[in-house]
Parts: sequence; C-alpha cells; structure tokens
Amino acid sequence: MKKHLSLLCALTFSISAVGVAFAVDSPDEMLPNPAQEQRAETIGAQLRCLVCQNESIEDSSAPLARDLRRVVREQVETGKTDQQIMMWMTDRYGTFIRLSPPLSITTALLWIMPGLALLSGIGLAWWQFRHRNNATPSNDLTEDERARLAMLTRENQS
Amino acid sequence: MSTTSRRKLLTALPIVGASALGFGFWRMLHGMQNGGFDPRAVNTPQLGHPIPHFSLPGLPASGANADQTTGFNASELQSQHTPILLNFFASWCIPCVAEMPGLRIIAQEIPIWGIAYKDKPEDATAFIHRDGSPYARVATDQNGRAAIDWGVTGVPESFLIAPGGRILWHNASGLTPQLFDAEIRPLLAPYR
Repeated sequence: MKKHLSLLCALTFSISAVGVAFAVDSPDEMLPNPAQEQRAETIGAQLRCLVCQNESIEDSSAPLARDLRRVVREQVETGKTDQQIMMWMTDRYGTFIRLSPPLSITTALLWIMPGLALLSGIGLAWWQFRHRNNATPSNDLTEDERARLAMLTRENQS
Repeated sequence: MSTTSRRKLLTALPIVGASALGFGFWRMLHGMQNGGFDPRAVNTPQLGHPIPHFSLPGLPASGANADQTTGFNASELQSQHTPILLNFFASWCIPCVAEMPGLRIIAQEIPIWGIAYKDKPEDATAFIHRDGSPYARVATDQNGRAAIDWGVTGVPESFLIAPGGRILWHNASGLTPQLFDAEIRPLLAPYR
C-alpha cells in the first residue's frame, strides 16, 4: 500500500512537472530573466484559458491565452505583485478566470465537497461494520440443533 | 434493516443517482438549445461597471462611409445621449458572418458601434461593406488589448452602454433580433 502511494505521488508530480515544462508555445515568449519567467509561469498556471476553459493559459495555445500570457509577463517585468496581477485579471474576467476560485457562497459546495465525501465515506463504512457485527450468527447451538445432533450421534452408535 | 430491503436499497441507489444526473444534464442541454441556459453567461463581471478606458483608430475609407475612418474612444462612448450597442466582430469569424443580417435589423432601432477584433483593417472594411454596414461608428483593435480590458473572450460579443458609460448588458454569443427583443428592448425602456 505504501509502495503504491509513493508511486502515485511520483506519477502525479511527474505529470505536473511536464505540464509546467511545456507551457509556452515558442521560446521567444519567455522572459529573459529565469526567476521572472518562473513567476510568470506559476501565475499563468492559476489562470483559466477562457476559450478552452479546462486548461490554464500556460497550457493553452488559444490566441487569447497567448495574449494573456504576454500581459502576465509584462506585468511581472514591471514589478507588479502576484496579487495585483490576479486582481487585474479578475477585474476583467471575474473570479471564473481563477482555476482555484476563492471561497464564496457560489463556490462553497465545491470547496467542502472533499470533506463531505470523506465524511460520508467514513459514515457509510461505520454503518456497514456495525451491521456486519450484529449479523454474525452466534456459535452456540440452538435447542433444535442440539436435539438433532444428539439423535445423529445415537444413530451412529447403534 | 432486513437483508432484502437492504439489497433493494443498494440496487435502487445507482439507478436513482444516474436518473438524477441524466435529468440534470437533460435540463442543461435543453436550456442551451432554447436559450434559457448559457454556460458562458455565468461570468459577466462587467455588468453595471463603467466602461474601460480605450482609444482605437478607425478603418481605411471605403467610398461612402466616412465615419469609419476616425475610430472612437471611451469618452466619445460616454458622452452619448442614447444607449449604444457595442459589438466586437472580425471578418475571420463565422458566427460574426451569421450575426450580420440580424445586426442590420437591430441597427434600425439602436446605434451599433463596431470594434474589429484582431482583424486586418482592409479585411474588416471589406467585410462590413459587403452587404451593407450595420455600424454607426467603427474602430479597430488589432492587437486585441482593448478587448481584454472589456473582458471579451471571443468574437462576436456585445455590450449595451447606457448614456454616461455604464455597461447595462453583456453577451458572449451572437446577437439576434430575438435576443434583442427578449433582453435588450426591456432595458431600453427607461431611455425612450
């Protein structure tokens, strides 16, 4: 089990690593400063491509995603903070552009779902266990079985 | 709980779950078909906000229409005394081609200002004059930056602007006379 878990972790990490590595379409999109480029990629990975909707702008080849990548890089270069860049994006496209949306009434169900799923799983397992224990028949013989056993042993002896 | 009733419950659970999901999906698809549900409409952060700042050049002249060469900017849009319909379009966009005949009908009721999105100016000029331009004013956003400030995700996309420059309505799909009657006409009533 432990081995499987670490294998799963390794797999997940390698997939996400590939996702970041192949982010931009062409090298000339990238910033010359590697630290700034890294920051831009991290920010871009949190922004939804509004054309493809299930990809980040770093993963997408849509023209709008390319434009937004350029905006992110320009703002990183001018020294804006991550928060300022996120704000610039949500001002224009709403919180929908954030791949991890902030906790609000509309997103509450989304955020509490993992906890809800875990709790209901534990509840179901507990319920199952309790009923299985109750249903186990006792090892003691009933009155009828005892009588039948006595009869059978008598038949055998005679 | 007895074994049989438990078995019945366990059999029913997936069937009930699948039916509930199926019904939900059917409702969504049905709504998408009759226009009651638009999955892209969940996101309209621009509604009620003032228009963004922009200043865009016009298109090259094509005979009759002189208004198209000047372009327009945010303060011109703000200083109008009647509501304006702003429409982002492109000659390379098929839904925009489909939208055009409808726009010409709508243009009889409200001035439409057009912004050519990421289009070659000469292509945009040819496109709007091929069957008659619905636009009172035209500008061009060649690098698509102004469109980003408007929160445009793809053409065609339309905004209704109140006098003073507040965004009253935003739609990220093609405009039709039916949609105009259903959603825009009621919003125009206070300005008549």
